[in-house]
Amino acid sequence: MNLAYYPGCALHGSSNDYEQSLRACLGALDVQLKELDDWICCGATAAHSLNQKLAVALPARNLALAESKGFHEVLAPCPMCSMQLLKARKELAENEALRRSVSEIVELEVRGEAKVLNLIQLFESIGLDKLKAAVKVPLSSLNAACYYGCLLTRPPEVVEFDDFEQPRSMEKILETLGGKTVDWNYRTECCGAGMTMANEQTVLDLSHKILTNAKKHGANCLVVACPMCHVNLDMKQPNIEQHYGVKHAMPIYYLSDVVGLALGFEPEGLGVDRHFVPGVARSADLQVSTPDAGRKAGAVGKA
Amino acid sequence: MSRIGVFICWCGENIARTVDVDEVTRQVAEFPGVRCAVNYKYMCSDPGQTMVRDKIASERLDSVVVASCSPHMHLRTFRSAASLAGLNPYRVEMANIREHCSWVHPNKAQATAKAVQLIRLSVEKARRDHELEPIRVPVTRRALVIGGGVAGIQAALDIANSGYEVVMVEREPSIGGKMAGLSETFPTLDCSQCILTPRMVEVGQHPKIKLYSYSEVEAVSGYVGNFNVTIRQKARYVDIKKCTGCGECWNVCPLKRNPSEFDYAMGMRPAIYVPFPQAVPARPVIDAKVCAKILRNGCGLCLKKCKAEAINFKDQDKLVEEKVGAVVIATGYKLYNIGKVQDRPKLEGYGEYGYGKYKNVIDSLQFERLLSASGPTVGELKRPSDGAQPKSVVFLCCVGSRDNAKGLPYCSKICCMYTAKHAMLYKHKVHDGQAHVFYMDIRAGGKGYEEFVRRAIEQDGAQYYRGRVSKITEENGKLIVRGTDTLAGEPVTIEADMVVLANAMRPADGVEQLAQKFNVGYDEYGFLLESHPKLRPVETASAGVYICGACQAPKDIPESVAQASAAASKVLITFSASELTREPEIAKVNEDTCAACFTCTHACPYHAIEQAEVRTPRGVFIKRTARVNPGLCMGCGTCVAVCPSKSADLEGFTEQQIYSMVESLV
Repeated sequence: MNLAYYPGCALHGSSNDYEQSLRACLGALDVQLKELDDWICCGATAAHSLNQKLAVALPARNLALAESKGFHEVLAPCPMCSMQLLKARKELAENEALRRSVSEIVELEVRGEAKVLNLIQLFESIGLDKLKAAVKVPLSSLNAACYYGCLLTRPPEVVEFDDFEQPRSMEKILETLGGKTVDWNYRTECCGAGMTMANEQTVLDLSHKILTNAKKHGANCLVVACPMCHVNLDMKQPNIEQHYGVKHAMPIYYLSDVVGLALGFEPEGLGVDRHFVPGVARSADLQVSTPDAGRKAGAVGKA
Repeated sequence: MSRIGVFICWCGENIARTVDVDEVTRQVAEFPGVRCAVNYKYMCSDPGQTMVRDKIASERLDSVVVASCSPHMHLRTFRSAASLAGLNPYRVEMANIREHCSWVHPNKAQATAKAVQLIRLSVEKARRDHELEPIRVPVTRRALVIGGGVAGIQAALDIANSGYEVVMVEREPSIGGKMAGLSETFPTLDCSQCILTPRMVEVGQHPKIKLYSYSEVEAVSGYVGNFNVTIRQKARYVDIKKCTGCGECWNVCPLKRNPSEFDYAMGMRPAIYVPFPQAVPARPVIDAKVCAKILRNGCGLCLKKCKAEAINFKDQDKLVEEKVGAVVIATGYKLYNIGKVQDRPKLEGYGEYGYGKYKNVIDSLQFERLLSASGPTVGELKRPSDGAQPKSVVFLCCVGSRDNAKGLPYCSKICCMYTAKHAMLYKHKVHDGQAHVFYMDIRAGGKGYEEFVRRAIEQDGAQYYRGRVSKITEENGKLIVRGTDTLAGEPVTIEADMVVLANAMRPADGVEQLAQKFNVGYDEYGFLLESHPKLRPVETASAGVYICGACQAPKDIPESVAQASAAASKVLITFSASELTREPEIAKVNEDTCAACFTCTHACPYHAIEQAEVRTPRGVFIKRTARVNPGLCMGCGTCVAVCPSKSADLEGFTEQQIYSMVESLV
């Protein structure tokens, strides 16, 4: 499978561990990613709060780059990016005048027809059967809380992905990999997102609630598919622990981390060793071997 | 040559202000076939009608054209005027020079010219009118009422008390419908069962009412005045004629833990059971899906105990035929069962409320059973999970109603009121408890309704929040309800012991199939369609079939009862004569030219065209032909449009008439 890859700012910057793990496991699944040449910012929250046309033009140019190379599908692993691309795509499809005007602005013929996939959708299109067949290390001691955050399923009329209040798609993937998932309450809550820069307290409050609830429901790790969520839950976890005087010690994995581990990659090959909260030391630790393997799957590793 | 009289009305100033009536009269008088043309200020008034009658006599008119308002308004008026003067009423035509002309055009000269043209059309049509006679069909003065809820009961009793027989078909083992399960009713807090069960008994004992409980309508044929209905009596395994309702069987039945349908699974019932003690008929039914005797020839204790020998494990469905002249459909509603597999994907949302997942999140009908003195808790308020008394209850309005994104766009109408009632009754039972209500708007239109809601808030201290709930989760045995208060502009989180959802009302299961059997229309949500929302609210597109209650739209008990009486009165009008008179403007097939392709039979939305044979008087087969059943045809003209051999035509609106009308214009 060949598809265009739009990393967005995070995967080349603060979350390059995410890129490392998704490149590793997609490579093992015969998926060739072609990074868009000369891609630009998706606009994120900044563009649409300033200028509606800019908010369409930025992602539209990225879509046009993919289309000009003949790609019909673009992988955007960051939910903010994929939402912005999808929003632009929807607006372009509904407004021919806008499409013409944006084409002129970005100096490229924008069709806005390329499909935009998030990471979960990519695994779905690879096929859960194929994924299952490729598993080398079933994640039998994994008891994951799948965390979708706010953007992966919203706004529903734009992203049209899964049940936007009660999503199940990530759980299905983990169960395919031999893991267990917990039924918990904060799967689509906000982690605080960009407030991490402006008002850290908000992030500490919200992310603390998420971590507490996941733990209470028996999770030994959180699985995310968003770089921003990872920053707030992983990087900020020591701050949360300090602020609330608790010890969460909750490893936060990218979805591609756990897929990679199941495919037999070691944590170093996936960038898991670069997380702030330590994850597993070896992929084999994710298999039940001892009665307290659940604990092992979590915080065991280099402290 | 025709002798047509044209009568031009001023409609006060409505027409005369924009149309030069004198000029129109002058021009129209010159049309071929027109014997006389006159105008008058109010043609529909008594002097106006007298003028029409006098002219028919003095000018020996053979047709009349009245140029005035819409035929919907006054065609009947002028037809009866013509009739009084001895003219066949179907030789009266109207030209609508008010709605189609004077009201919509500002320019007098142009409007006058258009009025002349409109009259020209009607004159051309009138030239080719011929005499028609109303169709008469015999009437079986016996009614079918489908559904034994409060609406069906009201309609059946009204008809039966007028002296006509009623056949009532109820799908469940007992009549009573949703109302039998309610606790108290708004806005008076009457005990629901106290006001309904006497009516149920009346139905059960009425000499004119034949009750088929645990039965469904299987098939229907015929037409207004003459329906043949096939009813499926589902196997009950108990002969209700032999059974005395003593109760030995359900007391002895060992399989006591089956979710009770009547209690919406809030309580349990045995495998042989009466749905509730006041059931009509008060006779048990065996649940074949759980009975050990039926499933694997075990048990059989009830059979041994039954002194009346009423139990028959070999019972099977029976089909019976009934002949009726009119039908009342009163099949009621169900609640939108959120969070489950749905009949349409769009409705699969609302999983975030945890209904079906958390035991203490229940719907409003379940809450009614918890409040009811006849309910599984004998009226004591206990929450389902552990039987504890809930000290904090959150009520959610508009669950699935008024929600275009993932629910149903319409308002379910009764939820604001019953939620106020729930909050009130809760406080009456749990004095130290707190009721919280999330609402979008409070819609309390009705006698005493607004006052009732104010009482819930002001006297019984219900806390109302204008806003919706985003999510319900469970933590440490408490339900965490997170919503928003849009008036205060802040998020609200409530730790509740129980949550009650006011789920949207949807039409009962199977109503679409039933509607198809009777050729009754339904909207995209399955609610049955009345033939006019204002002026024909209980009639349907199918003559002789009437609707009432929540199968037509969400409505409360008083409205359902009022509508049921309205439907009953329509049935009684149908029964007021031994013959029905119908307008003769229906389709007719020329059997000489019909090629028997039966395209019309398939196209007819009323199933009014039959496949027939033409035979000599001695019975020798000549040919096959399509034939219109005058009892069923509604005169829509679809067959005329589809007939490839031009053998179908509409009486009083023939193709020839239409062609000559068009020709007169070009």
